[in-house]
Amino acid sequence: MTFQPPEIDYWALSPVIALVFGLALTVVLAVAGRLARIAPAAAILSMVVAGGLLIGQWGESKDVIGGTLELDGLSITFSLLILLAGIVAVLFSLGDPAAREAGRPDFLALLLGSVLGMVLLTQANNLVTFFIALELFSIPLYALCGTDLRREDSLESGLKYLIIGSLGSATLLFGMAFVYGASGATGFEQIADGLSSSDLLGDPIILTGVGLVTVGLAFKVSLAPFHQWTPDVYQGAPTAVTAFMAVATKLAGFAVFARFFLTALEPLADEWDVILAAIAAISIVVGNLGAISQDSLKRMLGYSGIAQAGYMVGGIVVASTEGVEALSFYLAAYLALNLGTFAVLVVREQRDGSDDSIESLRGIGRRDRALAWPITIGMLGLIGLPPTVGFLGKLYLITALVDGGWTWLGILIVLGSMASLAYYLRVVGTVWSGETESPGHAPGPSSRLLGLIVGVGIVFAVLSIGFGILPDPLYDFAAQAGEAIGSLPG
Amino acid sequence: MLSILLWLPLVFGIVALLVPAARAWVPALAGTALTLVLAAVVAVGFDPGDPGRYAESVSWIPELGISYSLAIDGLSVFLVLLTALAWVPAVAFAASRNAGDGRERLFYFMLLLGETATLGAFLASDLILFVLFFDLMIVPFYFLFGLWGRTRDGATAGGATTKMIIYTLVGSLLMLVAAVAVGFSAEEVSGKPISYSIPELIARGIGESDQYWLFWLFALAFFIKMPLFPFNGWMPDAYRVAPLPALAVFSAVLSKVGAYGFLRVVLPVMPDAAELFQTAILIFAVVSIIYGSAIAFTKIDLRMIIGFSSVAQLGFITLGIFALDETGANGALFQMINHGLVVVPAILIVGLIAERTGSEDLGPMGGLAKNAPIFAVIFLIVTMATLAIPGSPNFIGEFLILNGTFQVSVAIAIVASVGVALAAYYALRMYQRTMQNPLPPGSDSREISLRDALIIVPMVLVLVILAFAPQIVLGETGDAVSAVVEKVGQLG
Repeated sequence: MTFQPPEIDYWALSPVIALVFGLALTVVLAVAGRLARIAPAAAILSMVVAGGLLIGQWGESKDVIGGTLELDGLSITFSLLILLAGIVAVLFSLGDPAAREAGRPDFLALLLGSVLGMVLLTQANNLVTFFIALELFSIPLYALCGTDLRREDSLESGLKYLIIGSLGSATLLFGMAFVYGASGATGFEQIADGLSSSDLLGDPIILTGVGLVTVGLAFKVSLAPFHQWTPDVYQGAPTAVTAFMAVATKLAGFAVFARFFLTALEPLADEWDVILAAIAAISIVVGNLGAISQDSLKRMLGYSGIAQAGYMVGGIVVASTEGVEALSFYLAAYLALNLGTFAVLVVREQRDGSDDSIESLRGIGRRDRALAWPITIGMLGLIGLPPTVGFLGKLYLITALVDGGWTWLGILIVLGSMASLAYYLRVVGTVWSGETESPGHAPGPSSRLLGLIVGVGIVFAVLSIGFGILPDPLYDFAAQAGEAIGSLPG
Repeated sequence: MLSILLWLPLVFGIVALLVPAARAWVPALAGTALTLVLAAVVAVGFDPGDPGRYAESVSWIPELGISYSLAIDGLSVFLVLLTALAWVPAVAFAASRNAGDGRERLFYFMLLLGETATLGAFLASDLILFVLFFDLMIVPFYFLFGLWGRTRDGATAGGATTKMIIYTLVGSLLMLVAAVAVGFSAEEVSGKPISYSIPELIARGIGESDQYWLFWLFALAFFIKMPLFPFNGWMPDAYRVAPLPALAVFSAVLSKVGAYGFLRVVLPVMPDAAELFQTAILIFAVVSIIYGSAIAFTKIDLRMIIGFSSVAQLGFITLGIFALDETGANGALFQMINHGLVVVPAILIVGLIAERTGSEDLGPMGGLAKNAPIFAVIFLIVTMATLAIPGSPNFIGEFLILNGTFQVSVAIAIVASVGVALAAYYALRMYQRTMQNPLPPGSDSREISLRDALIIVPMVLVLVILAFAPQIVLGETGDAVSAVVEKVGQLG
């Protein structure tokens, strides 16, 4: 057997190359003295370029490097959303003391490294690239969580995330070994072929493998009962990082979750759908119950994120194109609703020096409409009320579930949404009630930057309503992801 | 045409956000008035023989089979008119008592958003669109009750409002799943691509076994919204805190959306289940009648009396619908209109009484009629209509309902009749304790002002007209209601 070098499609790889280049540039800028000031611009530019290249590849579907990476609707859609989250996170971090503390270019280099890993993960089509990309996005995030060096809970958060994340990675790797052992392949399609041709389908070895991979991925996207790190890390990490984690890790995690389970493990769909449905159900219960008693907005969002992840798993459980479309639409909606909310948090923190307690939002409905509305719309959307995009996201998920014969999970999703009223509405109620008290002004960054972040919040709020009324553009965008996985029933 | 009618209030609501706070009521009032004119034009042009006249339909989310389709028929035409009519005095009353808290813009925006959402629920002829508007209704009222509602000691009304929204959303979110399941069940039965168009769903029908559980999900949503006992846990708290103009439309119109849902969706789409569970629902209804009436006469808080009498009235309406009989169902629809027409003036009068006595409790009141004969007459008419005295349209409604019920079950009809007697007691007590007896110190028997008379009298006039000419309503609705009931009747 002669060695054949894999074919590399450089055009398909170009978004990744753009990100690598941007990463290298920010690292160099870190030691470039006064030029360090342009690091944020360089980071944003590289993500914009990568996004532009991805848009240029819209509708394409091909192998990137000998079948280990796959450029298709799923990876393009999810990567674009991740890049959007990355750009917003850079904006959020500009005035963040944590970023200054860590050295701004260093902070940005870590962020870009994580974005790079996530983009690769959406394309991963092989156990090896899967694991490498996962680690590439995780390791910088561990460091990012701990960048607020003066705060003990930031360090605690970083360390906790590192330890539990590594445990998740190890479990995942262990599971991969079983899957490889059972199928004799690392490529996703080859695993599917190997599994369906062998007589191992119901064998404990392969089921152990699937179980361990599920657990590993559940750690990453914070599904219960593997979620314990989430609230602590959300609360401890600098807010810009929390915002990024809240949306981007879910996007990247669910991209590979969908691709791995729906291509490589597709022959076993009848085995794992029940496991995933059970995990979804547990997450919905645990997340919603946990969120109710939280006083910190970030912790509350952490717990509610667990419940939201539970809803999202529904899109995978049904193992249909409809399901993946619903998942991807829901994630896009989730991104808009969350980033709108986090924009408000960032401004409150950087301008008014307030902490992240829900109580600190009291009365902003009276004195600061530009902040009150985005967070109100974000909360109503996360509940799933019309006319926000959150309502349609739930509608798509429920339709897919009912169509696939998982009506009980659909009912559980709406029961979860009801429980979520208790804590999301508490935020809305606090925002709009109470009398004005003069906000304390912390010495902060220029007001032009804060104006920009307020603008970001308003833009996401407007989008949340706009797509709630006219969902077609967003749906067409999300549907790309569903079409990518061709082996599924309509 | 229907789209313009539907969105007109919201457009004016947005305008109200843009003008100075002190002038926000101008576009709001103009918007509701224009909506009323438009609704009247639609109602006049409505022809029961040609229900498709104003229908419009645009594909909205094609991949899920959801369309933006609106239609008006005998079931909805007067409810739309009632909605448009009820909002005008509510806005006018709010405008005449400008709170001056600087947030009027938001108040009127929310109030008009509520009108659009309610009209949407009545006009939608796509099931998902109906659910969407049903859910949307609750959002503006959450803000209206939460931000402007005050408890007796002046605190804001967060807890009561949260309770209300949790209760009502429990129902409406479950209904969302049920609606999707109805669509798929009908798809399976017919073998045609999925559609949520309500006429299409009725034509296709859904599997009998699916009907049995879907029925209860819809019924739960509607019962909570109305509310019927024992789903009325949110009602006392919400009524106690709500700002009066918002409460007037909430009580008059939103509660009817639940009853309307039975006629629009449940009976025609799930006829087997409706027939099977008929007795169970009739018992629910009759329990609500007795419970609501009994609690109403133990209360001294005027808002509570009106609230619990509404529970009883909605019980009557449900009774009429589930008599599954032409007479009863026609009576129920007629009674929905009547109750809406009675409640708006009744609640606004509570506001006037409170201004004269400084209290909303019956205890320290009395004698308000002394120098205010016109005010007393207006209130007397409203009271008489509440207790459904012969000669009032409410009497005709209750008579038709009981007439229909007698044909199903004599026992239930007799028990329900007790509710009529109780109503006479609590309604008369309400009138006596406020208007008659000596005037206690601190109270002021002032004649109703011209402005307030202009706000309240028109609805009372409509009530009087309907007493003499119920055919205006019954003539137009008869065909549509009969069609719904016959759908169930065909099974037997």
